[in-house]
Amino acid sequence: MPAPELLVEAERIPGAAPAFRAVIEPSRLREVCEQARAKNARLVALWGSDETPRGGGFALHIAFALPRGLAWLTVPLAREHPRYHGIADLFPAANRMQRAAYDLLGIHADENPDHRKWLRHGAWPGGVFPLRKDFDAASRFPRTADGYPFVKVDGEGVHEIPVGPVHAGTIEPGHFRFSIVGEKILRLEQRLGYKHKGIEKRFEAMTLDEGARLAGRVSGDSTVAFAWAYAMAAEGATGTEPPPRAAALRGCFLELERIANHLGDLGYLGNDVALSFGFFQFWRLKEDLLRLNGELFGHRYLMDAVTPGGVGCDLSLGGAARILTALDRIEPEVRRLRAIYDEHAGVQDRFMTTGEVAPELAARMGLTGLAGRASGIRHDLRVDHPVAPYDALEVRIAAQDGGDVAARAAVRFDELFESARLLRLLLARLPEGPVRVPVKEPSPGRLGVGWVEGWRGEVLVALDTAERGRIHRLHPHDPSWQNWPLLERAVLDNIVPDFPLINKSFNLSYSGQDL
Amino acid sequence: MYQLLKQVVKTGLVSEAPPAPDEALRALAQRLDEVVLKHFGRALAIRHVDAGSCNGCELEIHATNSPYYNLERLGIKFVASPRHADLLLVTGPVSRNMEEALRRTYEATPEPKLVVAIGDCGCTGGIFGESYASCGRVANVIPVDVAVPGCPPTPVAIMQGILTAVAAKAQG
Repeated sequence: MPAPELLVEAERIPGAAPAFRAVIEPSRLREVCEQARAKNARLVALWGSDETPRGGGFALHIAFALPRGLAWLTVPLAREHPRYHGIADLFPAANRMQRAAYDLLGIHADENPDHRKWLRHGAWPGGVFPLRKDFDAASRFPRTADGYPFVKVDGEGVHEIPVGPVHAGTIEPGHFRFSIVGEKILRLEQRLGYKHKGIEKRFEAMTLDEGARLAGRVSGDSTVAFAWAYAMAAEGATGTEPPPRAAALRGCFLELERIANHLGDLGYLGNDVALSFGFFQFWRLKEDLLRLNGELFGHRYLMDAVTPGGVGCDLSLGGAARILTALDRIEPEVRRLRAIYDEHAGVQDRFMTTGEVAPELAARMGLTGLAGRASGIRHDLRVDHPVAPYDALEVRIAAQDGGDVAARAAVRFDELFESARLLRLLLARLPEGPVRVPVKEPSPGRLGVGWVEGWRGEVLVALDTAERGRIHRLHPHDPSWQNWPLLERAVLDNIVPDFPLINKSFNLSYSGQDL
Repeated sequence: MYQLLKQVVKTGLVSEAPPAPDEALRALAQRLDEVVLKHFGRALAIRHVDAGSCNGCELEIHATNSPYYNLERLGIKFVASPRHADLLLVTGPVSRNMEEALRRTYEATPEPKLVVAIGDCGCTGGIFGESYASCGRVANVIPVDVAVPGCPPTPVAIMQGILTAVAAKAQG
């Protein structure tokens, strides 16, 4: 079967996600990627793997989103000096992913002007590659100097502000290097990777069953999205069909996660423009929802609620009624708060035209998820490729074209109301039956794909199984990979004091990117 | 403005009573004399350091500032610099890429200082453990006074950990 819209032979990967796998020779990589670009494919992820235990060399993997589904391209690379022609000129978001793939596996992207390290700081030396199979995860190296050549901006009156990795607020660590003149930002360069804690290597020491907990801790605020993507991949690889009630409950969990995160962000957006009223109001509503989660499902953030084969907890009729009551209370309050934000001159003055990403730039750079939808990129997996339970819900996409802080706030409001609508539908027609089925042990070399629209954007889990129910390679991919580079662009010509606001309006994951 | 004020009045006060300290959370024997603790107990400045968490613990640290918990009413507030801090609230595991930044933050915090490790990963290394990329628990890198388990610990547990760290033995 031809891969969706690509001129290569591909096979359907079993599972809920509409995913296809094609193995292509390195000599055809450019041609296929140029086609993908011409067909407006979105780069979802790029990663590498070590295939030497299977008698091969290394491999490069690329996932593209296309109208018919996800194309997972695998490019076999040599065992000695593995290299390929980079694709960052076609898909700019590939730059950091290529550099990470080099740091972890030593596979080299040719013709890529940026060869700086990305995830490697001083914890392991150059020439050592932790995701290679012959690398012992327990290895320790003496700390080496961690030089990183930031791009320097010269000119009269230009100076630098280095920020981080330890930030001034309760935020994940990362380094931001601002080049400014007066208060105006001329350039922002990010350096991430501080939270790299070896998640991908850890997966390879685990069975498919054990990995579920780790998947739920790749990015704590998106635990449902990652756990579901992991479960979807594991179910695909093992031929497991989760029961309909489990699918409906997963939908409930994901929308509860979306509402909770949007409430928190909307509160902080108020806080960052000195309207602490907004913070206290939205965080009161968020706390109400978290407490309800805790009481009904045993965890405020629903960690481990989604497991391969189904879900880890059920919902009683009384519990469903309590969620509906909570929605009936929260929704009118949010409408009232939205009206207050909309009519507040100070808020609107700070939100409007701040941190703009124009739709053309967003399309060219590959902005995705919530931030993408605020810049006119109308994609949402719940709409484009709905899996159960979304296939029966006709999800309405929320989108704006402004691309500024105001647009990202508006998308959050609209999605919050849509999530409430979806929850009401899901709870009204919750199927009866079991919530979990056993997962068979996978045979080695089986692939699985999980592709879920988390609150931040599309989360991908790409799985390849090993012997005895273990994991050969698993790449969990957060959409922050694609969106971080756009934050560098969004802040240009803005003033430094607006950076926290712009940053919060994206609210990207560090842990999900650093892995 | 009328709508905003109406909402404030309608919401009223929602803050709840703070938890009591829990001595079971204490990792080190009391290192500070009572006089110091007496002062810390009145106004405590916290510097939060995320040394490699999944960001789950941060969600709950944020929640301690929400109106239900309202940590600031107890004289406890988060500050922007370790040089202004009495207590470091550290989430982990400590990634090897954050090891030096955490150590430097600790050194930049003036004596006497307290450290509270937050979350299963901060207490033991959690699911990430120790590896080429992870130093494991916070105590592997800097001295820890109080360790609060949980994945993530609830806001009440976090508050309890902070209050335990500053609770003078002779509190009464």
